[in-house]
Amino acid sequence: MKVRILVSFKDSVLDPQGQTVKNALHTLGYRSVKEARQGKVFELELDKISEEEARKLVPEIAHKVLANPIIEKYTWQIIQDE
Amino acid sequence: MKFGIVMLPGSNCDHDTFHVLKNVIGRDTVFLWHKDHDLQGVDAVVLPGGFSYGDYLRSGAIARFSPLMQEVKAFARRGGHVLGICNGFQILLELGLLPGAMLRNKDLKFLCQFVHVRIENDRTDFTRAGKKGQVLRIPIAHFDGNYYAPDKVIEDIRANKQIVFRYCDADGKVTDEANVNGSMDGIAGLMNARGNVMGLMPHPERASEALLGSEDGQVIFRSLIEVLEHKGRIAR
Repeated sequence: MKVRILVSFKDSVLDPQGQTVKNALHTLGYRSVKEARQGKVFELELDKISEEEARKLVPEIAHKVLANPIIEKYTWQIIQDE
Repeated sequence: MKFGIVMLPGSNCDHDTFHVLKNVIGRDTVFLWHKDHDLQGVDAVVLPGGFSYGDYLRSGAIARFSPLMQEVKAFARRGGHVLGICNGFQILLELGLLPGAMLRNKDLKFLCQFVHVRIENDRTDFTRAGKKGQVLRIPIAHFDGNYYAPDKVIEDIRANKQIVFRYCDADGKVTDEANVNGSMDGIAGLMNARGNVMGLMPHPERASEALLGSEDGQVIFRSLIEVLEHKGRIAR
């Protein structure tokens, strides 16, 4: 099973990299871009695991390692079943 | 007394710190290897600056899982003194020994320059050789030094007087301009509530010899020595 985890800054945390991207897009004339946030993508391949087990394991890994819960949030999804 | 300096893959201020503690200040100092479980009976642990594990994932995020760091964590929980410099500060945050987190510097630049920091609290084991309001001139060298914590945490650390250093100008005024990396409340150095763990972004080991332009950094090391040797439990 393959899962994809998306980590990004919490809304309450300023994201200067996202802002720089937004400003660059504005400079290029993409005025309709209202906001830009930057994050990280992780893909994990999990061996011999049920969906139920994955639903326990992935949040644990994301919370403990991939994201720093003080400044970051995450979402995840299964992108490929066994 | 005996200092221990943690060596992680990517630490690059370990030898500078060793040199200052051993040769300039003249105390017994040993290196502590990240794969070991042995703190070699040291009286204080220093987490030096550098780029442990290439700053992968987040600065300091991987270092906290090394075998030695479990011992450092236990040492701190027993009340042992731990000083984190730059990347060492970032590791202490990731380890949960200090509150908060680091963000990219506000202007998205790696900053390598001398700064001024003001001693906010001189009744700590890391500043007692200095005076409240005293301005120290010490260099910084980091990309992720923009200290962040939720408002409630900032309130708590203020109330507990855990802010040890703040960025200031040469006259000791805390201004937005002096706060080069954009840290909340201008925080440059912070300790835990118990007062035995302190992290700071400036590099005191790079400002401990007149030859290098400043000896101000010695205040921190001398404070620790004063406290630990004064307790009488530790031989000089």
